Amino acid sequence: MKRNWISYPYIIWMIIFIVVPLLLVVFYSVIVVTEDGLTFTLEFYKRFMQPVYIKVLIRSIVLALISTFICLLIGYPVALILAGKGVSRKNTLILLFVIPMWMNFLLRTYAWLTLLEKNGLINTMLSWFGIKPLNLLYTSEAVVLGMVYNFLPFMVLPIYSVLSKIDKSVIEAAEDLGANSYKVFTKIIFPLSLPGVMSGITMVFMPAVTTFVISRLLGGGQFTLIGNLIDRQFTTVGDWNFGSALSVVMMILILISMAIMTRYDKDREGSALL
Amino acid sequence: MKGFLKRFYVLLIFAFLYAPIIVLIVFSFNDSKSRGNWSGFTLKWYRQLFHDQQIMSALYYTIIIAVVSSFVATVIGTAAAIGIHNMKKIKKTIVMNITYLPVMNPDIVTGISLMILFIFLKLELGFLTLLLSHITFNIPYVILSVLPKLRQLNKHMYEAALDLGATPFYAYRKVILPQIMPGVITGLLLAFTLSLDDFIISFFTTGSGVANLSIVVYSMARRGISPKINALSTLMFVSVLLLLLIVNRRTSKENNVKKGSHA
Repeated sequence: MKRNWISYPYIIWMIIFIVVPLLLVVFYSVIVVTEDGLTFTLEFYKRFMQPVYIKVLIRSIVLALISTFICLLIGYPVALILAGKGVSRKNTLILLFVIPMWMNFLLRTYAWLTLLEKNGLINTMLSWFGIKPLNLLYTSEAVVLGMVYNFLPFMVLPIYSVLSKIDKSVIEAAEDLGANSYKVFTKIIFPLSLPGVMSGITMVFMPAVTTFVISRLLGGGQFTLIGNLIDRQFTTVGDWNFGSALSVVMMILILISMAIMTRYDKDREGSALL
Repeated sequence: MKGFLKRFYVLLIFAFLYAPIIVLIVFSFNDSKSRGNWSGFTLKWYRQLFHDQQIMSALYYTIIIAVVSSFVATVIGTAAAIGIHNMKKIKKTIVMNITYLPVMNPDIVTGISLMILFIFLKLELGFLTLLLSHITFNIPYVILSVLPKLRQLNKHMYEAALDLGATPFYAYRKVILPQIMPGVITGLLLAFTLSLDDFIISFFTTGSGVANLSIVVYSMARRGISPKINALSTLMFVSVLLLLLIVNRRTSKENNVKKGSHA
């Protein structure tokens, strides 16, 4: 079966539409076109080092980390319960968890917009109890809520898949040796589930740190994240060079977080990245 | 008591996940424009939806792009998977790493890099660029669905076909392709759903006049809320749900068959 040539159209396609475009991004981030040709410059990376932009980067990372942490806090017990014994119709429950993930994420975000706005459902319900309308929308909490809502299944599913593969006899052995349920969890179940936790963290953190839609719709443009900054450079400002430099920064950010996670994964032998 | 707490917690999480969607669907049938109160059942938003020129053209582009891009991606991707399967180790690693690039890269970076390419090539942003972008991000998913099926193949089947006088092409068509077909179909459906659903990459690679439904939702939502979007959301949610059920039934059927053959 030595017929490699049938993959050549694909290879050519990917070189044109994946490799070359990424090289162009890197190219635009360090080269300016002037009258006397092309000049190499680090000006755009220097511009990024200004406090205004560093603040945006830090805000993106902090909001993404908060969302990831909340997802872990809420999601771990869910995965634990679903993987536990005595849960009837397990597959249906898992499917129920996956379905919202397949709904267009714009619509999921939009759904919260209708709930949180000034005369939305939540404020209407509050008014029945005589509470004045609150400013729920266009706050950093709204952005975090949107992230948690959108990415929670990405945390639950990898943890669930690792937990359900744990050898039950290991847990029984611990119980036979006199460990109580708290000990069993902290000494056996949690350490064994760490690979799932790690890939869950990666799968929530990465889309959260790169989003521009959630922050635009639920943050109302007041909470500029690095994604919004990139979006603006290309759609309104038209500064390709700076936008490209920002994209390179974002790719490096993703690469670093992925490197940290895979390293951890390897230490624990076994990966659960879907 | 413990069992009750567990059930309550899971119920709470499901409420959190589904409440916004249910509210959205319910209020798409609400007669009044305000979201706070219910003032009677109506289908007028759906009627308005089907008379909205912008939304109808977006629907048309969404479907055309999804059909064409998933089909082209499946053809290129299946061929690529067969080729990759037969590659030597080093070459395979390189190609697979490139395949994972668009899967791992943030969508916004894929989107703007394609946009830069199209403008660089002096292609006018619009239908063609949107289609090319969708094919590009779909192919890896087709490859990743077909490759596992190729790994399950019995190598000797193909050789046996050749020994019995089949030409290589004939052997591929009659021996290999039928066996990897489930993976090909799954890849096709996956590509179709991903294309229907995409916003970020489409947003950057399309031009004026050509928009898919996600782009219309985004631009409408930025201006504020309209019950028409609720109606549109409901229809999109129901159609994705149906597609997912079809894919799910396919894969579970396959698993049953597999289990049966091992037994």
